[in-house]
Amino acid sequence: MADQTLPIPGSVTATPSRDAALLEWLHSWVVTVDHKRLGILYVVYAIFFLLVAGAEALAMRIQLAIPNNHFLSPELYNEFFTMHGTTMVFLVGMTFIFGFGNYLVPLMIGARDMAFPRLNAFSFWMTAFGGVLLYFSFIGGFGLYGMGAAPDVSWWAYAPLTAKAFSPGHNTDYWALSLIVMGFGTLGAAINTLATAFSMRCRGMTLFRMPLFVWLMVVTSGLTLITITPLTAAQIMLTIDRYLGGHFFDTQAGGSATVWMHFFWIFGHPEVYVLILPAFGIASEVIPVFSRKAIFGYPVMVAASVGIAFVSVSVWAHHMFTIGMTSVSNSFFVLSTMMVGIPTGIKIFNWIATMWGGKIRFATPMLFATGFLFQFLIAGLTGIMLSVAPWDWQLHNSYFVIAHFHYTLTGSFVFCIFAAIYYWYPKVTGRMLCENLGKWHFWLFLVGFHLTFDTMHFVGILGMPRSIYTYEADRGWGTLNMIISAGGLIQGIAVLIFAWNLIHSYLHGKQAGNDPWDAWTLEWSTPSPPPAYNFADDPVVRSRRPLWDIKHPNDPDWKYEQ
Amino acid sequence: MHDAFAWDRRRTFFPGLRWFSLTGTWRIMQPGRNLSSSRSRLCSVFLLSLGALPALAEGAQSTPSILAPASTPAHEIYGLSLFVLLITGSIFAVVAGLLAYVIVKFRARGPDAEHEPPQIYGSTQVELAWTVIPVLIVVVLFLTTARIIFAIQDAPEPKSALEVTVIGHQFWWEFRYPKLNIVTANELHIPASTREAPEPTYLHLLSADVDHSFWVPQLAGKTDLIPNHPNEMWLDPSTPGLYVGQCAQFCGIEHAKMLIRVYVDTPQQFDAWVRNQQRLGVDDSTVAAGRQVFESQACVNCHTIVGTPAHGTFGPDLTHLMSRATIAAGAAANTPENLRAWIHDPGTFKPGALMPAMQLTDQQTDEVVAYLATLH
Repeated sequence: MADQTLPIPGSVTATPSRDAALLEWLHSWVVTVDHKRLGILYVVYAIFFLLVAGAEALAMRIQLAIPNNHFLSPELYNEFFTMHGTTMVFLVGMTFIFGFGNYLVPLMIGARDMAFPRLNAFSFWMTAFGGVLLYFSFIGGFGLYGMGAAPDVSWWAYAPLTAKAFSPGHNTDYWALSLIVMGFGTLGAAINTLATAFSMRCRGMTLFRMPLFVWLMVVTSGLTLITITPLTAAQIMLTIDRYLGGHFFDTQAGGSATVWMHFFWIFGHPEVYVLILPAFGIASEVIPVFSRKAIFGYPVMVAASVGIAFVSVSVWAHHMFTIGMTSVSNSFFVLSTMMVGIPTGIKIFNWIATMWGGKIRFATPMLFATGFLFQFLIAGLTGIMLSVAPWDWQLHNSYFVIAHFHYTLTGSFVFCIFAAIYYWYPKVTGRMLCENLGKWHFWLFLVGFHLTFDTMHFVGILGMPRSIYTYEADRGWGTLNMIISAGGLIQGIAVLIFAWNLIHSYLHGKQAGNDPWDAWTLEWSTPSPPPAYNFADDPVVRSRRPLWDIKHPNDPDWKYEQ
Repeated sequence: MHDAFAWDRRRTFFPGLRWFSLTGTWRIMQPGRNLSSSRSRLCSVFLLSLGALPALAEGAQSTPSILAPASTPAHEIYGLSLFVLLITGSIFAVVAGLLAYVIVKFRARGPDAEHEPPQIYGSTQVELAWTVIPVLIVVVLFLTTARIIFAIQDAPEPKSALEVTVIGHQFWWEFRYPKLNIVTANELHIPASTREAPEPTYLHLLSADVDHSFWVPQLAGKTDLIPNHPNEMWLDPSTPGLYVGQCAQFCGIEHAKMLIRVYVDTPQQFDAWVRNQQRLGVDDSTVAAGRQVFESQACVNCHTIVGTPAHGTFGPDLTHLMSRATIAAGAAANTPENLRAWIHDPGTFKPGALMPAMQLTDQQTDEVVAYLATLH
């Protein structure tokens, strides 16, 4: 080693040794500012944490499968459900959307990179280190008994449970600090996405010719700027409370527990739209291509997305119907929450109208997108039920709520993410994912999902609250919980098949070619995988489906679009 | 009749509702129970499917189902929920039907699959239709919901009401009856409230430490107990019996074992219970040794036994411990063996409970258990 110098990237010296080549490869990924490579890093990172958080969920399901079980201690159970929620939202959800956004936005608008490539790298590494910080708490934090301990105050971390008096170790600090760090990463990514979409579009790519996925990333990024800010502020206030003697949330010194709730949910509710809007974008790309039809009502889809974003910042207190707000405030948040259903309903109808009269090919991406439509319909309807404040007084913090938000975040968001991975994997790697394994993945996951989350609605109606590590046998929740856990296991198997498919197809998959799905957006005009510069010549577009125009010169879109 | 009064008030508060009723779309302005039953008939199809639910769970033990309401707030919510379920169920049937039709009808098949289908870019009329219809549905749902919010939340407290202060602790419930001078824990006794002699119970909700939530599904929706933020809720169950529930806001390590038992008593039972609770702690000379141990150890720092030097308020009041069916907020049955195990090490039932293991000798433990067993 002593006489070996580190190779300078890009230098053309003699063939480096095996170790040096590996080091150089690693180095090139660490210092990369290429939007595609960063996108891949984000997505791989998200998949890794999807497996971790999934394992945590399975451990919780084993614990709850039978009443009075002793598989997990109460400490560990509380840590797992806190970490499961935090991981899924910040390390899986946010990284997936900004991963896909990073990879696809420049390609879809005919740009060669994001607007700020270095900020892009900075954002990813902030997110990555935030995640490492969060998980380091398993070793570095300590709980009541002087042992390693992860955060255990639930992912909504209501004050004053997070105060020093009730959470004396350092685990809550790991939680707060890692969210601050990841928050900065997320803000950077959002700013970058906005700047890219607004200033890097190729010739002819007007705002109303952008693919819907790009539109949805724009809306999501705007929403991110609005929502991550109060979260970061709240975490800083919490840290001041814990270390500098502040009393923002310290109820024993006159602080307010409800102020935390407002800060948290004015982040927390729009946050689910931050996640689900790009999923809508994915569905809006996949469904038209596999139905062989243009998206139905493009301008309305854009307007509905922007509408959802606007309404979503006025609904946060529907998480707080039980905290004793006045009847007038309760009614306000009932109305604003129900109003979300209007633009969302429009979107569902538009997707169905896109499929109507088409020739639908049910390849794996379309299977997942169709599953998304069905589950999102139910998620929306249970959302309406929860918006009915008096009913929410019963359902709030019960398993019904867990079922509802897993219908949105698993049944809708994760289904769209799977659709996206099956759809764009050929572009990213140059190889197709195995369709057979994909179908196994889809059907097993679908069955497992419905066993688990359909049943959760019922056990919630029977009075089972969330966040409990065990329950008494006489409550009559045993059988249903066993079914829920069995479904969880099936989903676990499906995800393992998916992971195997990713690895296997990377090595042995069928060659994809530039445009395996016969699609219409600009990324499919590049080689798979695209070169570092994306486009040899700057593309020029005349419609929303530039590749359709090329493929159908006698019947181009620009003749018909308004 | 506080019920009727509450409905009157709503009528003036929300004039829009009255107009709404005139359209005949929806009946309003009836006392809760009748309203619920009319809705039940309306939604009988849902009742049928949902009625089977508790049967799904093993036996009808003490499942705190929201489908078996036993008090006006729970009834009102139940009726409203059936109405909402009817609307959302219809939407589901229509949209899922459309989706299924599209999936089956427009699947690519046969040799013709090569040709692209006709391209349709949108239709203003259709978009308008599926914007306006949801708007109308939202209006209906909102007005119905708002009415029930005001009905439950702003129901004025009648003079005959029983007042109880509920204080949430990590991880148990303290119940104080200020007018009756009673303090007890984890098991709430309230009188049945009938139409002829309404005696609803008003709960004033406070917290001694972190956030909790009081949820007994058959009696009412949940309301949170938040430090520095007093809340209120009410119940008026008419059928005597035991109703179970538990804390519904994550409050720390033993959140899962913060159970609630509400005993709805007949007036006679309730009077008897009140008389018993108002007595001083039993002073039985045969267990003087146990009392001596109790009073000389740290027990008195946290527990109260009225009539003795024990005045602690950090833990549950033990003056009438044996009148309760469970210990440790429902975590175990109140038997001498369980008491013994609990005093020896609370972690047996509730790892993380704030009561420390008392490090008593076996003899001391026996004596204390014998003493506690006399506290009827």
